[in-house]
Amino acid sequence: MLNDIFIKPFADMAAAPDFLLQVLWEGLVSGILYALIALGFVLIYRSSRIFNFAQGIMVVFAALTLVGLHALGIPAWISVALTLAVMFALAVTIERVVLRPLVGQPDIILFMATIGITLFLIGGGEIIFGGENKVMITEELGIPTGSVLLEPWGGLLILEQKDITAVLVAAALVVALLVFLNRTRMGRAIRALGDDHQAALSVGISLQTVWVLVWFIAGIIALVTGIAWGARAGVSFALEVIAYKALPVLMLGGLESITGAIIGGLMIGMLEKLFEIYWGQPLLGGNTETWFAFVLALVVLLFRPQGLFGERIIERV
Amino acid sequence: MLYRTAGQFKTSYKADMALFPVRQDAVLLAVILALVWGVFPLLASEFAFQTLLIPILIYALAALGLNILTGYAGQLSLGTGAFMGVGAYACYKMVTLFPWMNPVVAILLSGLFSAGVGVMFGIPSLRIKGFYLAIATLAAQFFLVWLFEKWGWLYNDNASGAIQVPNLDMFGIYVAGPQASSLVQYYVVLAVVTLMTLLCINLTRGNLGRTWKATRDMDIAAELIGINLLRSKLMAFAVSSYVVGVAGALFVFMWRGAAEPNLFDIPLSFRVLFIAIIGGLGSILGNYLGAILIVGLPVVLNTLPQALGLPISSATVEHLNVMIVGALIVFFLIIEPHGLARLWALIREKLIIWPFPH
Amino acid sequence: MDGSRTDDSTEGQETVRDEGHVVAEGRRIGPVLMELRNITLRFGGVVAIKDISFDIREGEIRAIIGPNGAGKSSMLNIISGFYTPSEGALLYRGETRPPMRPYEVARLGVARTFQNIALFEGMTVLDNVMTGRLTHMKAGLVAQALWWGRARDEEIANREVVEKVIDFLEIQAIRKTPVGRLPYGLKKRVELARALAAEPSLLLLDEPMAGMNVEEKEDMSRFILDVNDEFGTTICLIEHDMGVVMDLSDRVVVMDYGRKIGDGTPDEVRRNQDVIDAYLGVAH
Repeated sequence: MLNDIFIKPFADMAAAPDFLLQVLWEGLVSGILYALIALGFVLIYRSSRIFNFAQGIMVVFAALTLVGLHALGIPAWISVALTLAVMFALAVTIERVVLRPLVGQPDIILFMATIGITLFLIGGGEIIFGGENKVMITEELGIPTGSVLLEPWGGLLILEQKDITAVLVAAALVVALLVFLNRTRMGRAIRALGDDHQAALSVGISLQTVWVLVWFIAGIIALVTGIAWGARAGVSFALEVIAYKALPVLMLGGLESITGAIIGGLMIGMLEKLFEIYWGQPLLGGNTETWFAFVLALVVLLFRPQGLFGERIIERV
Repeated sequence: MLYRTAGQFKTSYKADMALFPVRQDAVLLAVILALVWGVFPLLASEFAFQTLLIPILIYALAALGLNILTGYAGQLSLGTGAFMGVGAYACYKMVTLFPWMNPVVAILLSGLFSAGVGVMFGIPSLRIKGFYLAIATLAAQFFLVWLFEKWGWLYNDNASGAIQVPNLDMFGIYVAGPQASSLVQYYVVLAVVTLMTLLCINLTRGNLGRTWKATRDMDIAAELIGINLLRSKLMAFAVSSYVVGVAGALFVFMWRGAAEPNLFDIPLSFRVLFIAIIGGLGSILGNYLGAILIVGLPVVLNTLPQALGLPISSATVEHLNVMIVGALIVFFLIIEPHGLARLWALIREKLIIWPFPH
Repeated sequence: MDGSRTDDSTEGQETVRDEGHVVAEGRRIGPVLMELRNITLRFGGVVAIKDISFDIREGEIRAIIGPNGAGKSSMLNIISGFYTPSEGALLYRGETRPPMRPYEVARLGVARTFQNIALFEGMTVLDNVMTGRLTHMKAGLVAQALWWGRARDEEIANREVVEKVIDFLEIQAIRKTPVGRLPYGLKKRVELARALAAEPSLLLLDEPMAGMNVEEKEDMSRFILDVNDEFGTTICLIEHDMGVVMDLSDRVVVMDYGRKIGDGTPDEVRRNQDVIDAYLGVAH
């Protein structure tokens, strides 16, 4: 038993390093997508203190819209543009209809409202697009679909080109976001709102504009995530479960930390894959990916309540 | 006029602390009790029992359990469904291991198991707060549902992986399983729910209730006036999980008749959370109002298109349902964030001073 | 008893020397209730309190004054167990108090109010004051769930105590009002009621007069004096409003930049050159 837990997995890793690399690569790709979804959460949380449960469903909704529009005969890139327009309209609608009347309500109320939005989008999406699994328009968007074969240590490592593309696009998106947040006026406004609501309002930052903007950015992130994940697994409401994975990422990285979201996402993506392959499947009957990330985050937080990247808080009376 | 309280004087603190210091409230409650204990069971059809009366009571009880934790003690939980599952599986193991056991006793005992598991997952609550804690409760949610699936002992290694409620009798009358009649099951559920509600009312209006509310409203101050926060929170987790576990056992044994692990997945947790929040956090009555709305609405929506002769497929109706529930949640949060119970309180306040404006 | 009270502080702490000494107003000042010895408190590299010693005697009104940032609130937080001192010892009734969680300190009979009101906003005034009785209620879970026996008796008995406090502070009319709806001055009074309901042996008041107008200050002063007079409660209060404090208190500790610069009766403190320089001398 102890051997199975503490020795055998590591012996297996050492025996087949190419397979270990493959596992880590798969984990890295999922991790990037978790990080992207977590980033959407962080942006919205920082600027409005809203814990946006709808982030996951926005991924599905964006992907479905894209595929649906293309199915109508619209060229792929125009479909992307139209989908972005839809996400913008969604951001404006949510701000107008849901957020504005709920300004100043307790956190839990706003959180519940985003669950309401989630249900609304699920129901609406099913009616408009139907519930069956659809194929992402990968080739039409010019994403390469071949694979790269590497032979480290005489073994075999298969990297799908669409995964490589996803990693590169995600990285570019993150860089673009960081530049936007740090270098532009609007980006600084978003960060200011996160630091101090009242103060930001008093220097003339418009709450409404910022909210529409962050929800729209979250929509763009959702679309990118949706394309990348859809290319791997097809597009359906089952995608929604990956959104839950962003939650332990947030616990580890902190609700407000962009760096935390990225590093936490990658960490969780890789660790849960490792655990599943080397411990979960041989010892626990598999499918441990449903809970591993949560339990990991829980254990870490027990010992570091401020998360991995938060600062220790001195409580005051 | 109907609700005028003038002339009702209290002469002792005991009288002032009575359950219903206002006489009309007591009368109203008596009417409701008479309806649910006497009139409804006489009039209800099989359909009404199975789609409205029984599920409303069970969901209300689950929401009541959650409300103790979230509404009174301020600890947001997203894992209610899994704790209902613990109650259901515990009850299943007990009645199959000890077939002589009285089923109602088994149901009441099964809550103890979910209370234990609840306390275990509640321990982090001293160090983890707010949304972080909510995510932590999701750990319980996903882990437990996974366990229900993988741990064969829990479902006696059935090939189907599901638990099937056997025929169980009490004093010669079947109360659970395929042979049990809806009327009997309704009365069992009603009795358990009434008892639980009474106990919860007492707990929340007394010392423990004040301890919880203090923990919820300002934990630092609570600790400085002598509240052991860990104890207060764990107590809330224990009581809440107990009630939720009993609701889970009722859910499977008195209503569904069978259960697969994914029955206790996130959608169930959210359903109960909606009921608690739309009904009103920190209220007992709200759980019932919320359950009536959330359980009743789909029934109305399902029957409405047929009644109007609209040709809509049942799948579309289901999706429409989801959409409408989502929209309604937002709608109710906007018109009254504190829930239906607060709405009723406002109406009642108006009635007390009616016809005067103030 | 006397041996434990070596005066290591500045001049003149001599007014209340003996047990049972009777001061001018006719109140009894008893032996030392709490003694703080060489307390130092650091947050990382910042020294908030540096080597402070003083004591609080039973039945007296003891004030800690000083300009903003002097470390007064930190001092109070140490007494109530919210902060643990980096160095030094606390003696309670002559015995060293081990490091404790705040709730344990509360159970020893230390109650307090807060500078920024810390009431339970979701509860009524009555329930808020009832929370002050928490440490006096012992009924178990089952008894409470059944509202029977000990639970019900306790509820009624403690309600009577609470009603006395409510009468005393003249807040009968707002008994059933949720505290969220109350104006600032009343909230302060409810907070005092909650602390009093605990029947504390040591009552800590954190800037009880902050943000009040003259009239409210007078009311509050009267309540503080009455509490001390009628219940014999020992009170330790923090203020930066010198005038009020000098009229209220028996002895005053003056702090500045985390150090103690004066200790004694109001008259003595007033004459203390260090205090005049550091505090009174500063033109506002």
